Amino acid sequence: MLHAAIEVHLGAFRLDIDVDVDDGEVVALLGPNGAGKTTALRVIAGLQPLDNGRIELDGSVLDDPAADVFVPTAERPIGVVFQDYLLFPRLSALDNVAFGLRARGHGKASARNRARDWLERFALAEHAYAKPRTLSGGQAQRVALARALATDPRLLLLDEPLAALDAGTRLQVRTELRRHLATFHGARLLVTHDPVDALVLADRLVIVEQGHITQTGTPAAVTARPASRYIAQLVGINLLHGTATGEHTVRLDTGAELTVADPLPGLDIALAIRPQAIALHRQTPDGSPRNAWAATVTDLEADRDRVRVSLAGPVPATAEITPAAVADLDLAPGISVWATVKAVDLTAYER
Amino acid sequence: MKLRVLRLLAVVSVPALVLAACGGDDAASSSTPGAPADEPALDGDIAVFAAASLTDAFTELGTAFESENEDVSVEFNFGASSALREQILAGAPADVFASANTSNMDQVVDGGASTGPENFATNQLQIAVPAGNEAGVTGLDDFANADLLIGLCAAEVPCGELGREALANAGVAPSVDTNEPDVRSLLTKVEAGDLDAGIVYVTDVLAAGDAVESIDIPADENVIATYPIAALTGAADAAVADAFVEFVLSDAGQQVLDSYGFDAP
Amino acid sequence: MNRRRPGARRAKQQRAPWLVLPLAAAAVAYVAVPFVALLQRAPWSNLSDLVGRPVVIDALRLSMTTALAATGIALLLGIPLAWVLARTRFPGRSAARALVILPMVLPPVVGGAALLFAFGRRGLLGGPVYDSTGFLLPFSMWGVVAANTFVAMPFLVLTVESGLRAADPRYEDAAATLGASRSMIFRRITVPHAAPSIIAGAVLCWARALGEFGATVTFAGNLQGRTQTMPLAVFLALESDRDAAIALSLVLIAVSLAVLLPLRDRWLSV
Repeated sequence: MLHAAIEVHLGAFRLDIDVDVDDGEVVALLGPNGAGKTTALRVIAGLQPLDNGRIELDGSVLDDPAADVFVPTAERPIGVVFQDYLLFPRLSALDNVAFGLRARGHGKASARNRARDWLERFALAEHAYAKPRTLSGGQAQRVALARALATDPRLLLLDEPLAALDAGTRLQVRTELRRHLATFHGARLLVTHDPVDALVLADRLVIVEQGHITQTGTPAAVTARPASRYIAQLVGINLLHGTATGEHTVRLDTGAELTVADPLPGLDIALAIRPQAIALHRQTPDGSPRNAWAATVTDLEADRDRVRVSLAGPVPATAEITPAAVADLDLAPGISVWATVKAVDLTAYER
Repeated sequence: MKLRVLRLLAVVSVPALVLAACGGDDAASSSTPGAPADEPALDGDIAVFAAASLTDAFTELGTAFESENEDVSVEFNFGASSALREQILAGAPADVFASANTSNMDQVVDGGASTGPENFATNQLQIAVPAGNEAGVTGLDDFANADLLIGLCAAEVPCGELGREALANAGVAPSVDTNEPDVRSLLTKVEAGDLDAGIVYVTDVLAAGDAVESIDIPADENVIATYPIAALTGAADAAVADAFVEFVLSDAGQQVLDSYGFDAP
Repeated sequence: MNRRRPGARRAKQQRAPWLVLPLAAAAVAYVAVPFVALLQRAPWSNLSDLVGRPVVIDALRLSMTTALAATGIALLLGIPLAWVLARTRFPGRSAARALVILPMVLPPVVGGAALLFAFGRRGLLGGPVYDSTGFLLPFSMWGVVAANTFVAMPFLVLTVESGLRAADPRYEDAAATLGASRSMIFRRITVPHAAPSIIAGAVLCWARALGEFGATVTFAGNLQGRTQTMPLAVFLALESDRDAAIALSLVLIAVSLAVLLPLRDRWLSV
């Protein structure tokens, strides 16, 4: 069980977060680049000291500046998988995995035997004597994971474990990684900027932006009710801020007014609109939809079998429509359109 | 005797020079011994290549020569005679060569770089020991003692050749610890106490003063080093070169050499 | 079909800027011409005679042995020093580095004289050691090794320091997370990763030691078989036996080439 209260000052940047990870839990630190996630991981690993706070693992204090306690990295019962894997280039895969065991005093033969077991578990037995540079991305990642796990750590730390892979490999390796992570029963903390990684691999998300936690919760909870624009964008939802002007009306910060179906929960409102719920028209729409506004197309982006249309105007948002619709409407950047959304498709929650 | 010859020459040449110059140059106050007061002043720079053991004596000779000839400057290149010989034969810009032995001078003459060398001094060998003579060296016999730190000049340089000759004369097979490339570096090591004894020239011992003590080598074992000097044919300033050679051979020059421990040629 | 030599395409991609080639050629020529002149003067007819003489064999053996020993000592002391200079910060670090580089700048004879003042019979350290144990560095083969190490070690230290600076420190982080002690990290990660710069530094050091003259003759003296290395033998032979001097030089050059030529590019690159 990891209790980490982290406060680190790096020049003008300040990292101030609390992270707890239970045995058996996979927690993902998710956030944009520069948010401080990797720093947090390095601090937990002992590669960087705390300025304030306390790190405790299974009851032992690893770092406590106030009590002048600092356990060096080599003495912490941790395993780390680094972003570039950092497999020792001059050692074979087998010797890489055996390295931690040798460091802890095992003899060469015994360390190699146990390393071989680990490689078999990861289906890498035939690459035992290969040098890291001859391994594929996925294979290297598995060796890195085996190397980290071979020493039976109490805490497993993963820094952007899939970042070094190309998109195609990432898909497959992500699923495998989830399976391998499940075989380890200690606490697992991973750091990533990729929301899909976080959603697939983690039991719990901790969103870190600019050195602070902006939201924590299960993947489902966070995606259902994103607390910040970053998270909303991450999960592909439009998030708008406004003030309630009635039981069902919200005036956005931009001045536009939107109507929601359910009664508003409070005064400060966050409105979530799924991109798929926004309809686009070249002419003023028929009927009288409650929510209609004039917008200008600023960008079109193909996303698998859909097209994401970025809209500027009183309601800045991204709509998602079919390519056929794009053709029908003859959309291009600069074109003016009408956008509508049903009241029932607006989810409002308190900010 | 040399002086008289020179005076004769000078007397004869004065009318010739006066005729040639037609009253142009001012008579220099040059009082180079042997050169008459009304010879035209010497003017030029010369490079004198001289054996390492001549360092102190020749430096003083050079200063004296310069002070008597205001428009002359003398530059010295001191080193092992063998090294200097090589440089001269390879075409180094030397005007005068003063060697610590005749064989090096002979080679220079054979190489066509000089004519008419003259012997201007002799030197003898002496044993040098550090001040205090802690090792208790008494003579050449001690050079066979393997427990002592003994230095000689390298056999390729004159002082080394002569030193070995003296040891042979004394019937001693030396236990040598180093063959220094020139006599000055040997002396420096003896002075510093890094060596217990070395064979150097009498003049070197004198030059080292109190820093070094000396032990004489019996006359029947000792070797005489003869020093020849000559102006070189490639000299840029033949007149000045010749004048310097004459100066060294003159009474005044010989006095200076004597004061440093050299003997007459 | 137009068949081009396989190298042609690659050569085209690596064409040098126009000024670079002539300057590079001038550099090579400047170094090559003296060697050509040396070869031209060589006494080829009786070379084997000259080369087989005891003075040559002794000098060569001594040069090889002392250069190797000096390189060994330089590796043992220099790599840790390079590590300290590259990886730690302490007040006076630049002064320490300047001190270590000083022998490179000093005229070797000055270095030799300083070594005498330190380790000679009446030296700062040498005196007491001699008085109590009778051990003396000057006039012995170890004196040659000492002089060689003094002048050549800076080359190794500088090269290795620069290699360590360029190395990726993250591998050492990874090793730490696996539980490796600092000495294990040094032995199994730092030094192997610095191998190219260590090799390059060792070669430089060895070459410098091989050619060392001034400090050796001033500190260790000159005695065939004990302290007369090749450079000393050449120096003395130049004045008495030109042909022998040239023969000696050729031997030294041949031996050096024999060591330098087989050096593969990849041992020297990261």
